[in-house]
Amino acid sequence: MKISSGTIRLIIPAASLVLLLAAVFYMQPRAMSYNGLNLLFNLAVPIALATIAQMLIMSVNDLDLSMGTFVSFCACVAATLLQTSPALGILILLGAIATYAVIGVVIHLRELPSIVVTLGMSFVWGGLAVLILPSPGGTAPAFARWIMTAKPPLVPMAIVASILIAAVTHTIVMRSSFGVLMRGVGGNDRSVERAGWSVIGIRAGTYALAGLFAVLAGIALVGLTTSADANIALRYTLLSIAGVILGGGEFVGGKVSPIGAVIGALTLTLAGSFLSFMRISPDWQIGAQGAILIVVLALRLALNRLEKREKSQ
Amino acid sequence: MSETLNRQEVVAARGVRVTFGAVKALDGADLVIHAGECVGLVGHNGAGKSTIVNVINGGLSPHEGSLRYSGNDVRGISAARANGVRCVFQELSLCPNLTVGENARIMHAELKGWNWRGRALALVETQLQDIFPGHAIDCDSTVDDLSIAERQMVEIAISFAGISAPPKLVILDEPTSSLDAGLAAQLMAYIRKFVSAGGSVLLISHILGEILSTSNRIVVMKDGRVVADRAASEFNNRSLVEAMGNVVREQELSRKAVAKSGAPVLSMPARRGHGHGQAKALPFEAYRGEMIGLAGLGGHGQTQALLDLYLARNSNWFPTKKRDIAFVAGDRSLNGTFPLWSILKNLSIASLDQLSSKRMIDGDREDALGEGWKKRIEIRTPDMGNRILSLSGGNQQKVLFARALATTAEIVLMDDPMRGVDIGTKQEVYEILRSEAANGRTFIWYSTEMDEIRLCDRVYVFREGAIVAELVGEEISEKSVLSASFAQGEAA
Amino acid sequence: MTIQRLLVAKPWIWSFAATAIVWIITVLFTGGASSFGLSQAALTFAAFSVIVGIGQMFVITLGPGNIDLSVPATMTLSGTLALKLMDVQDGMIVVGLLASVGIGLVVGLGNYILIKLLRIPPIIATLSMSFIVQSVAIWSNRGLRIKPPETLAEFATSGLFGIPNVALVALILSAVAWVLLEKSIYGRWISAIGQSTFAARMTGIPVDGTRLVTYMLCAVLASVCGYLLASFSGGAALNMGSEYLLMSIAVVVIGGTAVAGGNSNIPGIWGASLFMFLVVSMLNTYGFGAGVRLILTGTIIIAVILLAGGRQSGR
Repeated sequence: MKISSGTIRLIIPAASLVLLLAAVFYMQPRAMSYNGLNLLFNLAVPIALATIAQMLIMSVNDLDLSMGTFVSFCACVAATLLQTSPALGILILLGAIATYAVIGVVIHLRELPSIVVTLGMSFVWGGLAVLILPSPGGTAPAFARWIMTAKPPLVPMAIVASILIAAVTHTIVMRSSFGVLMRGVGGNDRSVERAGWSVIGIRAGTYALAGLFAVLAGIALVGLTTSADANIALRYTLLSIAGVILGGGEFVGGKVSPIGAVIGALTLTLAGSFLSFMRISPDWQIGAQGAILIVVLALRLALNRLEKREKSQ
Repeated sequence: MSETLNRQEVVAARGVRVTFGAVKALDGADLVIHAGECVGLVGHNGAGKSTIVNVINGGLSPHEGSLRYSGNDVRGISAARANGVRCVFQELSLCPNLTVGENARIMHAELKGWNWRGRALALVETQLQDIFPGHAIDCDSTVDDLSIAERQMVEIAISFAGISAPPKLVILDEPTSSLDAGLAAQLMAYIRKFVSAGGSVLLISHILGEILSTSNRIVVMKDGRVVADRAASEFNNRSLVEAMGNVVREQELSRKAVAKSGAPVLSMPARRGHGHGQAKALPFEAYRGEMIGLAGLGGHGQTQALLDLYLARNSNWFPTKKRDIAFVAGDRSLNGTFPLWSILKNLSIASLDQLSSKRMIDGDREDALGEGWKKRIEIRTPDMGNRILSLSGGNQQKVLFARALATTAEIVLMDDPMRGVDIGTKQEVYEILRSEAANGRTFIWYSTEMDEIRLCDRVYVFREGAIVAELVGEEISEKSVLSASFAQGEAA
Repeated sequence: MTIQRLLVAKPWIWSFAATAIVWIITVLFTGGASSFGLSQAALTFAAFSVIVGIGQMFVITLGPGNIDLSVPATMTLSGTLALKLMDVQDGMIVVGLLASVGIGLVVGLGNYILIKLLRIPPIIATLSMSFIVQSVAIWSNRGLRIKPPETLAEFATSGLFGIPNVALVALILSAVAWVLLEKSIYGRWISAIGQSTFAARMTGIPVDGTRLVTYMLCAVLASVCGYLLASFSGGAALNMGSEYLLMSIAVVVIGGTAVAGGNSNIPGIWGASLFMFLVVSMLNTYGFGAGVRLILTGTIIIAVILLAGGRQSGR
């Protein structure tokens, strides 16, 4: 039985996560408990959701540089309007999702570079977030708080949520018809068009779905932190891109993996804890993250080379 | 071979004319395909084969003439698909990141609802088994993981597969280009079975054995017209090559035989081609002052050979001190012109080192160069400062020639540069090339046009990625090029 | 007709016209009293955006996907290390400048090594690089705020004939960049690569070499800007570069440089930098907050790219 290239692409991220987890347990045996795991992975849930959103955009060969500000904006809406007047809050979030769909269509129709358009949008979302919540504050909606602090038996919430996210998005992206079309657009949009599909519609749907997951990321984040501010999730733009890449996704060609993306997000979250357990001085933590990113990318390149050589033989 | 008069017409294109600018791609061509027959379509480069295929599959609307699918006058890709026309393109058109089954889902919109995956898999699986019994393709694997031959097999199988009803007409454009002889024979056998069950196939191939053994009827095209349309049994290898060629016009050109002198200025060892029907490969050599033609059907490795020759002699990291090789692009918009720039900047880009001192460009010298070449090759523009895109295609091509000729390069590579250029411009450029060659420059010229190949001193004919024949002087004729371009080998 | 052609040929006129309008509105609102001070401040703060913007523009000119995200980290590292090295001694000013140029060269080289070796898009390569550079800056800073040498601080905050010195430096750098772009072989090469990398390769341009030089140039300009900014603001801060990441890209886009590559525009960067600063101060004068300012900035970027993109596809 031949192992498919998709499975091979999952091996490295999964192996790095396991290795990292083993290292953390070795250094801090107390982490090997219900509460320890919950603490380690708690912040992973919103990051995983944002990574999935970024992955959807990347599956149609685009890149979203506004992810961080958009998640911040959603967190601000969730901490204020969704709390005080739920109907208006939901309406605003639906409008934001619709805006994502429009952006996807505009980028396709005018053949604009997604990097620059989403860069512009990042200012807009950031500004809206400041307007809604000028200074840090707000309260998390009860349901978000309840979900994020739930204590299911045996396995902590963060792990359950991550598995759930991976399973749901795997079904949508890898198993459903829409997922096939979406990845088809990333792989070869001409042949999708030639077979009679509407590429514009597929792209609009993809962007809207990405918007939905980013909204969920914002709500989950507020559920964890109980309050929000306009800059709460700025790191998410870079984290989400790095998460997709760590999880074996590619920038072009529609090669993405939702399970890999969730693993990538978990790895990034864990890397932070790992570095602090390593007693690496906080000065070098960001740098070590950069180094980890580079090492993983180098490993993947080596693996790709190996695979190619095997195929050509 | 039974009479086909009373059979139903699946597609009927009559008196079709298509023009691209000044070029008549189709000049009143008739092609009628009936149910239950396999039509072989042959012709040399530019004969109009791919244009008529595009008209039939709905991708191109004819400017004149009628087009009917089973008697209905409808147009467009979806109309053609609705009438059961499927096309396997020469370039592979699967999504490389999806699995075989997922690709079937994209090609067949009917495959929806519960368990479409299972049904898609079963569909491709049975179809593959039908066409290529004993194949070893895992339909769950990603297309990326398949070999080129396997991808071609999958694409053929998906096109022949039918959900509610089998396709009426399948167009196969060089379907065996990456298959080995055994697989090609299986495909030909399947085509015969498919046809005897009432389907029809339009088969394009450079392997005449396949055409002769599989088709019921052979249509020969030339210069946008159908020049022969007879039962396959009335042809053989020789008569088919003759029908493609131009027997009337074989005027002699005064060609001085250039003696190969000294060491070759450029050489490349023989390389193995791909595909079956392969003959012994020859090495490539070029001598000073020669005009060498690269002939053969389009896409058989000529451009790749030129690229390899060029890139091996050009650093990607450091500026070249002395330029000894220049390149004239064929696909202007893809790899020739710089669209944002003026004519002058497009012309001077390759020879900036001669026009500058201390890496700064001398504007006066650049202007002088531009004026000189404007006169010499008659670029029709009031001002060399105008944008390159303000020129007609032919004049843009002249600028690209001037770009290469203005350099100090002793060797000029040309990648079918005259595609879609009007005849007047062509004559002007030929004149310049002749005088430059007389001055000792070496030209290596890939051309899909017979008239240009006949201008060359020596010709290498490519087939399936390798050089299969070398023709010198008097040997260079349409007939010899054609017979080397098409494999004679009896297939199946 | 001719005016229309001029506007199409020289897109930077737009940004200057917009700048003039915003300047007039702001001055009118404040009753003309602030016109000199406003212009001074605008020139000073625009100068920093111009210096990093030029570097980013060179990189963006290389074509789709080319972008340098390590600009803010490079600025921070250069400012921090240079001030530390100079250690408030006037005699070390030149050494500090050379050191910061050296930092730029190393970061640029590192960026391109990652792009080429790992075959990853520039956006992720420069991002990973910036993490490392930022860490080095944090490590070397240690929360200490070292003052710049007095002469340097004096130079950075004063002016000549009413024009701030930093603006003069930016002007000189712009002039050099303009000559490079318009008159040198190198300028032709990056424009050619931006229009079609393959065609550039086939005309004999050393594509990798040219791209390497461009990434190094961008990093050097970022570090020089960091050196000046640290001297101007009386010390390096760890977040001093952060606002210049988006700013450097924004001024390039608003200034009329084609985001699809191949076409660059130095006057436009000046217009856009002045415009961005003046919009902020205008909104401040009218009492609008940061939110409106950000929304307006984003809307302007999108509007500009929609218009510019339309022009290109219309041909």
